[in-house]
Amino acid sequence: MNWKRSLVAAAAVVPVVGLFYYGMGQDPKAIPSPLPGRPAPPFALNAMGTADTVRLADLKGQVVVLNFWASWCLACRSEHEVLREAAARYGPRGVRFYGVLYNDTPENGAAYIAEMGGQSYPTLLDPQTRTAIDYGLYGVPETFIIGPDGRVVYKQVGPVTPETFTRYVDPLLGKREAAR
Amino acid sequence: MTRILGSTAIVVALALAVYGAVAAVVGVRRRDGALIRSSQAAAYANCGLLTLATLAMVYALLTHDFSISYVAQVGSRATPTFFTIISLWSALEGSILFWGFVLSVYTASVVYFTRGRLGSLGSYALATLHAVGIFFYLLLTGVANPFGAVFPVPADGPGPNPLLQNHPLMAVHPPFLYVGYVGMTVPFAFAIGALISGRLDDVWLKATRRWTMTAWIFLSLAIVAGMWWSYEVLGWGGYWAWDPVENASFMPWLTATAFLHSVMVQERRGMLRVWNLTLIIATFLLTILGTFLTRSGILSSVHAFANGPIGYYFLGFIALVLLVSLVLLAGRSAELKTAGHLDRLASREFTFLINNLLLSAFCFTVLLGTLFPLVAEAVRGVKVSVGGPFFNRMSLPIIVTLLFLLGVGPALPWRGAGADVLGRRLLPAAVAAGVVAALALALRVPSFYAVLAFAFAAFALVSNVQEFVTGARARMRAHGESAPRALLRLIGANRRRYGGYIAHLGVLAVATGIAASAAYRFEREVTLKPGQTVTVRGYTVRFDGLWAKDEPQRFVVGADIAALDARGRPYRTLTPRLNFYRNGGEPITTPAVRTRLDDDLYINLLAFERDGSSATVHVIVEPLVAWIWIGGLIVALGAAIGTIPTGARVRSRKVVRV
Repeated sequence: MNWKRSLVAAAAVVPVVGLFYYGMGQDPKAIPSPLPGRPAPPFALNAMGTADTVRLADLKGQVVVLNFWASWCLACRSEHEVLREAAARYGPRGVRFYGVLYNDTPENGAAYIAEMGGQSYPTLLDPQTRTAIDYGLYGVPETFIIGPDGRVVYKQVGPVTPETFTRYVDPLLGKREAAR
Repeated sequence: MTRILGSTAIVVALALAVYGAVAAVVGVRRRDGALIRSSQAAAYANCGLLTLATLAMVYALLTHDFSISYVAQVGSRATPTFFTIISLWSALEGSILFWGFVLSVYTASVVYFTRGRLGSLGSYALATLHAVGIFFYLLLTGVANPFGAVFPVPADGPGPNPLLQNHPLMAVHPPFLYVGYVGMTVPFAFAIGALISGRLDDVWLKATRRWTMTAWIFLSLAIVAGMWWSYEVLGWGGYWAWDPVENASFMPWLTATAFLHSVMVQERRGMLRVWNLTLIIATFLLTILGTFLTRSGILSSVHAFANGPIGYYFLGFIALVLLVSLVLLAGRSAELKTAGHLDRLASREFTFLINNLLLSAFCFTVLLGTLFPLVAEAVRGVKVSVGGPFFNRMSLPIIVTLLFLLGVGPALPWRGAGADVLGRRLLPAAVAAGVVAALALALRVPSFYAVLAFAFAAFALVSNVQEFVTGARARMRAHGESAPRALLRLIGANRRRYGGYIAHLGVLAVATGIAASAAYRFEREVTLKPGQTVTVRGYTVRFDGLWAKDEPQRFVVGADIAALDARGRPYRTLTPRLNFYRNGGEPITTPAVRTRLDDDLYINLLAFERDGSSATVHVIVEPLVAWIWIGGLIVALGAAIGTIPTGARVRSRKVVRV
């Protein structure tokens, strides 16, 4: 055995293992969205169960949380409670919450909300999923946080957590409340 | 009870594997025969224990024992019995259990067939096999424990992943893949044994040839079965998508194929010794890498199992194997220098060399494409995806060159031939290639590579068939045998050589099937009302209506599509289906495929109106697809002929004498 050569060869292990180790820490399904930092695509959608139309343009100056969901989506069930608590906490501070029903019938959507014990904010209907396409939706749930300037601040793929709000909504409110 | 039986068996197997590895090494060092024999006994015992654990799991699945974590994860009372049994490999823990079982069977078989004959080489190989066993049994007692306790015991489970319970090929593809993957551990263990013991001659090669061949046959069949499964289930009319995990099964196949050819150079000419060791170590590492990629969640793929800490174990194992192999190879490289050299360029060994370079380059390309997204993210922080266009562009030149070599190789003798011999031998093949190329150009075959593929396939076909014809003719003259008898005797007497040529014919069938179906694919996507027809490439089909069926584990919606003959009369009904599994979100398709030797009519149901007023279908017509599956079987058959032990040959000689 020539141990000197062995030692040199052993060094080759480091970059390979290093690369895989790095890869383990990444989520291969995380897809970067070009939207954060850009103006949120405008929409005018009918709120489920009402005759009202909600326009993004009318919401300028306010923080908007837009949550795409569906009754057939299991992960949406797990985030429902988080969203309800967030709406209860941030609603009074002026944050507007909207659900957007994705690829689902209004009846199923209404039944789901009833089953989950209700929701305090309106859900918008998105015929032909046009708004979902504008927002580059990859699946449900996805949640967009839109700042007072109408720009997308953050896009959450998958269920939201309480930290999503403390991390991205609180600073926006802080800025706005300080400006007052 | 089943739970305790299964988990105890695995814990004992782990302890015995540790003991077996240590005993084999200490036994060699101290020249203690009793210790080595006890290590061999541990291999037999582990085979029994893992069989017991696997049977316990199958029993638990069949009896719906939801107190066992794996059963609670993949079992369901609604799942048909057949799919309940094969759900043994439908999720992480069960597949590792099956892996451990296959490994224990291989280890025991190696001991049985080689015991006492190979001295220190055999003992170090056994220690290596035990060591690999330690890793898998360790996973089974910890992060991939299939026998975990569940309390409270659920009344029912979700059932296996819908994609994995939708087609009987799931009973073939995964187990064959494991038998192929795990089988590569045997030549690897002997390579490591040779490096540690310093017995660097051909003994390890000869001892492992049949093991490598067997593993290679199963790996080949598994890849083709996987393509077939993907064709029959996923509904896009294709069979290969360069998915990271498809690539993971293909890469070790490439290095193993290179190895099967390059060992002949070492046996005949004593060259390429370092190279052969490197190839077989690479093959083993690539099988582990493939498993790592599917189970670590490192790359996005349809095959990915749920990720968890198990990825770090695999990474540690890869690091260890890589380290040990590189240290041993580099340390011994000076002793592996060989005296042989290439005499001529136009020689068999030179074509093998080029074949090896191409196969390795192919493997490297696939590895690069598979891992590039990871590298790009690590180095530049950007997300990229490498898709079909990259792989096709890079691999097509390699594939057509390999097809060409596949024709040249058999015609060239060892140590080389002069130009006249070469011309005489290759002339018919060259004529065939020219004719096919002219024909393909006249018929305006749409892709340049398809033209080359057809021409070189014809070239290789003639060249390989010529070997049979020349050999059989010589026998007919020498022994006065009839043509079929001469052909059978010829193959029987030189199984390895002619088995190889038969495998070549299978590869040509696969290549032709792929080239034709890729170049001549016709498809249409249409929404039809009942009674309406659509015509694709001469096939007219009519939508006759929808039906629905409620089954325990799923709800099925099917469309009746009648294939019409030239007079507009239906002669066959095809029923593409959509399956809504109770445990899954997205519906799973079951395309209706009418397979014939000349072409396939493939119909997939994409969407439907609930009232049956319309259905959207994807109709595809692809030529020669069946030859991919047939070719895969021919490859396996040829390789199996080349693997049959010579014992059978002795018997046939006796018959000749009578």
